[in-house]
Amino acid sequence: MSVAIVGVGQTPFSRKCGTSIRELCFEAFKAALEDINLTSKEIDASIVCSAPEYDKQRSSAGLISEYLGLNPQPTFYAESICSSSSTGLKVGYSFIKSGLHDIVAVIGFQKMSEISSAEVQERMGRGADIQWESPFGTMMPAGYAMYARAHMQKYGTTEEQLAKVKVKSGKYSLLNPLAMFRREITLDECLKARVIASPLKMFDCCANADGASCVIMASEEKAKKITDTPVWVVGIGAASDTLSTTSRTNLTGLDCAVEAGTQAYRMAHVQPKDVDVAEVHDCFTIAEVMAYENLGFCKPGEGGKLIEESQTYIGGEIPVNVDGGLLSKGHPIGATGGSQIRTIVLQLQGRAGKTQVDGAEVGLVHNIGGIGLYGNVTILKR
Amino acid sequence: MSFGKFGKIGYISETKVADFVKYLEEGKIMATRCSKCGRLYFPPRADCPEDLTTDMTWQRLSGKCKLLTYTTAHFAPTGFQDDLPYSIGLAECREGVKVYALLSKEISENEIRIGMDLQLTPLRLANGRITYELKKP
Repeated sequence: MSVAIVGVGQTPFSRKCGTSIRELCFEAFKAALEDINLTSKEIDASIVCSAPEYDKQRSSAGLISEYLGLNPQPTFYAESICSSSSTGLKVGYSFIKSGLHDIVAVIGFQKMSEISSAEVQERMGRGADIQWESPFGTMMPAGYAMYARAHMQKYGTTEEQLAKVKVKSGKYSLLNPLAMFRREITLDECLKARVIASPLKMFDCCANADGASCVIMASEEKAKKITDTPVWVVGIGAASDTLSTTSRTNLTGLDCAVEAGTQAYRMAHVQPKDVDVAEVHDCFTIAEVMAYENLGFCKPGEGGKLIEESQTYIGGEIPVNVDGGLLSKGHPIGATGGSQIRTIVLQLQGRAGKTQVDGAEVGLVHNIGGIGLYGNVTILKR
Repeated sequence: MSFGKFGKIGYISETKVADFVKYLEEGKIMATRCSKCGRLYFPPRADCPEDLTTDMTWQRLSGKCKLLTYTTAHFAPTGFQDDLPYSIGLAECREGVKVYALLSKEISENEIRIGMDLQLTPLRLANGRITYELKKP
C-alpha cells in the first residue's frame, strides 16, 4: 500500500504575522483542503510541529487541533527544530503504512515574533551543547560559518560562489507571492553586506519569520477518492548527528544529510540523477552548497562550481529552491519542512506556475534541523 | 564542587565531571579515559556509552593543538555582546580529541590560519569565573 500527499497549504511568511498561532495554522489548513474532496471530520489524526522554545502556549497540539476542528481524533506533537514538519511527515507516513490511521494532517508552524527580540537572543545562545559550547558565545550562523571556512580551505570554495546561491534565491523570490523577501540581490550587495560570522554575511543567512504550513497525507485507497493528482511518498530517510561540534569528524559536509539521502534513494529506487526538482535546506548559503554534494547532485567539493555554472537554476542540471528557499522565504522553524514539501508537490502536480520545471516527475526535499543535527530527506513522485 | 563557574556564561552547575573546574583552577586541562575500552573523552564524560561503564580516570591534556576551522562572530547571543567581535575555533589536540574554544584576543583575525599551532590554556575571567582559550604557543 502506498502513501500519498493529497493536499498542501501555506500562509505567507512574514516578519510579524499579527495573528495568533491557531489562526495562523487555520490559514494553512484551509489552503491545504482547497480543491480536494475532504472535510476536517474525515481526518483521522493530526501531527502538530514547531520548535517549542518560541511558543508561549504549552502543548500547542491541543490548542491547534481544537481550532481546526480535529477533536476527538488523536493529535500528536513532533519536534526536530528546523526539520520538525519533515519529522511529522515521517510519523504520518508510519501511521498510515501501519494501518493505524488512513488520513493524517501534518501542521507545522512558528510565530517567532511571539517572544521579544531579547528572548530570541537568549534562546539563540542555547542551541549548542550548553555545557561545553554555549559558554563560548556560539550560535547558528557561527556553526555554519565554521563549516564554510573548512569547505573553503579544503575545496577552494569562494565567498562569490556562496553569494551566487543568494542571487539565485532573490531571482526566484519574485515569483513566490508567499515569500517574506521578494527582491533581487546583486552579487556586489551580497559581498558588501555586513559580516554576521565570517565568512558569512547578512545575505548568506536566512531570517526568522512567522508562518504555517499544512500537508494532508492519505492511504492509497483514500487518496484516489480525495484527489485526481495524488503525489506519492516513495522515499523517506532520517538520521541524526552529534550535537557537539567536537564529536564531528566531517567539517565540510553534513553526515546526517548523506545518511538520510542514502536511505531515501534506496527506498525510492531512485538515483540523484533521476531527481527533476529539489528543495534543500538553505538556512545559510553554505548549507545549500553542502546539500548539492551531500545529496549526490555533484561530487564532494564541487558544490561551488555547480552554482557558479548556474546548474541549479531552472533549465540547469538540477533546479534547486526555485521557490526562493529559506534565504528569501524566511524560516518559520516548524513550518519550513511543510513549505518545502508544498513546493515539490505543486511542481509534481504541474501547478507551480512561472517556476514550473517542465515534466517534473521526481522531486526531493532535504530538511535539516540544527547545524546538521537532524537530517531528513523525502522523495516524492507524481 | 560546582561546575557553575565555567565559562563567561554558564548554563549548568550540576555534573559528575565538576572536578574539571577544580583541575582547571590548578592550571590543568583534563580529559577522561574509560578504564574499560581506553577511549579518551574531551570534553570529559562521566560515562562511556561504548561499554556502559562509569569507571573513568582523569588524564591531563598537553594543550598542544592545531586549528581545524574557525569563525569571527560579529553578532552574539545574550551576555556576549560586549566581547564582539570574537573568534571561535575548533582545534584538534595532540592526543586526538577536539576542543571548541575562543581564540585569544592576542591573535588578530588576519593572523588566523587553519592548521596553525595553538596552545589550549586556562583563563581566569572576572567575578571568579574560569574558562580556557586557544593561544599562540
